[in-house]
Amino acid sequence: MDGTLGEKTAPDKGVLPDAPEVAARMSCRNINVYYGEKQAIYDVSLQIADRSVTALIGPSGCGKSTFLRCLNRMNDTIEGCRVEGEILMEGENINSPSIDPVLLRSRVGMVFQKPNPFPKSIYENIAYGPRIHGLAQGREDLDEIVEKSLRRAGLWEEVKDRLNVAGTSLSGGQQQRLCIARAIAVRPEVILMDEPCSALDPIATARIEELIDDLRKRYCIVIVTHSMQQAARVSQRTAFFHLGSLVEMGETDQIFTSPRDRRTEDYITGRFG
Amino acid sequence: MLSELGHLPMDFLLLAAAVTLASFGFIAGRLRAEQFSFSGDIHPNSRPNAHGYFVLMWSLVPVVLVGLGYIIFGEGASRAVLRSELPDGFSILTPGELTTYLDTVARAARMPGFLSGERVFDTVTERYGEIRGTINLITLCIAGALSLSGMVLARRCLSPEFRARQHVESGIEWFLFLCAALAIATTVGIVASLVFESLRFFSEVPVWDFLLGTRWNAQTSAEFGALPLFFGTFMISFFAMMVAAPVGLFAAIYLSEYASRQVRAIIKPVLEILAGIPTVVYGFFALLVVAPAVRSVALWINQLLIAWGLADGAVLAAQPTSALAAGIVMGIMVIPFVSSLSDDVIRAVPQSLRDGAYAMGATKSEAVRQVVVPAALPGIIAALLLAVSRAIGETMIVVMAAGQRARISPDPTSDLTTITVQIVSLLTGESEFDSPKTLSAFALGLVLFVITLLFNLVAINVVKRFREKYE
Repeated sequence: MDGTLGEKTAPDKGVLPDAPEVAARMSCRNINVYYGEKQAIYDVSLQIADRSVTALIGPSGCGKSTFLRCLNRMNDTIEGCRVEGEILMEGENINSPSIDPVLLRSRVGMVFQKPNPFPKSIYENIAYGPRIHGLAQGREDLDEIVEKSLRRAGLWEEVKDRLNVAGTSLSGGQQQRLCIARAIAVRPEVILMDEPCSALDPIATARIEELIDDLRKRYCIVIVTHSMQQAARVSQRTAFFHLGSLVEMGETDQIFTSPRDRRTEDYITGRFG
Repeated sequence: MLSELGHLPMDFLLLAAAVTLASFGFIAGRLRAEQFSFSGDIHPNSRPNAHGYFVLMWSLVPVVLVGLGYIIFGEGASRAVLRSELPDGFSILTPGELTTYLDTVARAARMPGFLSGERVFDTVTERYGEIRGTINLITLCIAGALSLSGMVLARRCLSPEFRARQHVESGIEWFLFLCAALAIATTVGIVASLVFESLRFFSEVPVWDFLLGTRWNAQTSAEFGALPLFFGTFMISFFAMMVAAPVGLFAAIYLSEYASRQVRAIIKPVLEILAGIPTVVYGFFALLVVAPAVRSVALWINQLLIAWGLADGAVLAAQPTSALAAGIVMGIMVIPFVSSLSDDVIRAVPQSLRDGAYAMGATKSEAVRQVVVPAALPGIIAALLLAVSRAIGETMIVVMAAGQRARISPDPTSDLTTITVQIVSLLTGESEFDSPKTLSAFALGLVLFVITLLFNLVAINVVKRFREKYE
């Protein structure tokens, strides 16, 4: 399982009390998030390993989605939201004013809870990102990116004959894979997924999970999930959040078989949350 | 005695009777229901209040019906009785004179103790007062009796098993239905009168001559070719939309996507004040400020063209009132329609779409241009169509600032006239309603109605499609 870890040496190798040393793609130090006066995240520090899936679990309102949104500065779009602390990505603090969130988001893509294809054709949905970032040289190049992204998202076979159909006309699971393809098309390094299966049926969920497992060979993936089975199935590392704090982080096997913290144990055994 | 009753404040009395009888009915029903709701082990179908409302309904409806009947027929009935009693000497009066005479009598009868000194008139007035008094008395008696019997009968229906709640619910439904039906009936009535009068007009002037004729001169000679009016209407509406569409849309985008909450809280109400300015104010703004400005610019262009040797004489008409001036001001007037409606539809675009665009690394303007606005486009188009139909039907600004001459001229600085302007000028002044001249106003009104109806229908359909998308 660790075979994919450590292939790439990240510049920052912080060692955290709960986590084994990993090749980190992003490392977060002392993150605090406030919505106005209310603090949502308390002093969270963790490392996100490259080429693996990190799952963020915890009861509703524990701040895992808020934390996820810190990683591509999506919290910037929320009025009154303030993020403190540093998140290093290739040695640069993405929270520093010199970082352009627009460029950052092209490196750190995101897939949302509810599939949100743009009201455009399937083709245009995928082509959108490459267009605004100037990734394609011409029409053929763009066609290729679209096909490759759809293939990677496991959607190509289903939609290749109807690329001009509206993205919203697909089924929920297909829409979510379209959104994943859309995120991949921008060639991100990290993909954030905020409960990507919560609006999907079990079959569509299984397909997305397979896809996530497949994608981890190329990308660093962070996924927020309410389903502990899902976290156990798709992730290599798991972080447990509770009341805005990071309680425990470690190898997924370890978290689910021998959690160190009592709260983690209570949560994964279904005693609360 | 009876004539004293003629002075009764019937509106007030009927209202008071309605309120009293209704409250009495409610209490009666409720008390009856309370007797059985706490006795025995049968669970009553409805709460005591429902029983109360049920009896209230049946006490109230008769009073309301009788009251409506009184308002509609009371005066007519009194006059009919009086007329039948008038001595033969009155037959020398024409129907018109008789009506005027009776109007005077009715007015005199409303003033207690009024005596003109003229014996016949005072006798007639006195008699009229008596008749009114009798009718008032009868009305009140009928209302009271019907209401009380309604109350008694309704109360007798009550029992623990009685489904009072369901009856009250259906009573409410009927009431709401009647309100809706009233609005529809009014519309249908107006349309019917438009169609009816237009048919009379078209029996004298052929439809095609009216719709496609290019000479309009209804005031002096009987020329009813309305094409110049249609042209004027569309030309001015076009200018209006050239102003309102971009300004309104950009304002909406700013308000919904860029403005902070505080800025929005100021700008949005201010924009909506624009919609509250009386159109006559826009009218004199157009006439006194914009029209002269348009004219001087047109004159300047003319001079330039001549100076550069591009033209021999004046190219632009540069009239003191012009289609362009009216169009610009009308455009300003409809800005709030466009901006307010577009703002609503843009804000209705789900946040998840914006998030999606930002997460792709889109800048704000890219997200707005390529994702948010396209998603809101059907709604925006609907807003524009509604604004167009508002512009087409607008009257005051064009009456004041567009001129009176009916002609087809592509020159925006020449004066034009519109459908609405002509309707106004046809119907003001003399009021003889059977000449083709006045009837043509109805035909114009019908055309106007059909055009705005079409625009509204299209707009409503577009909005409906948009709604289904984000269910």
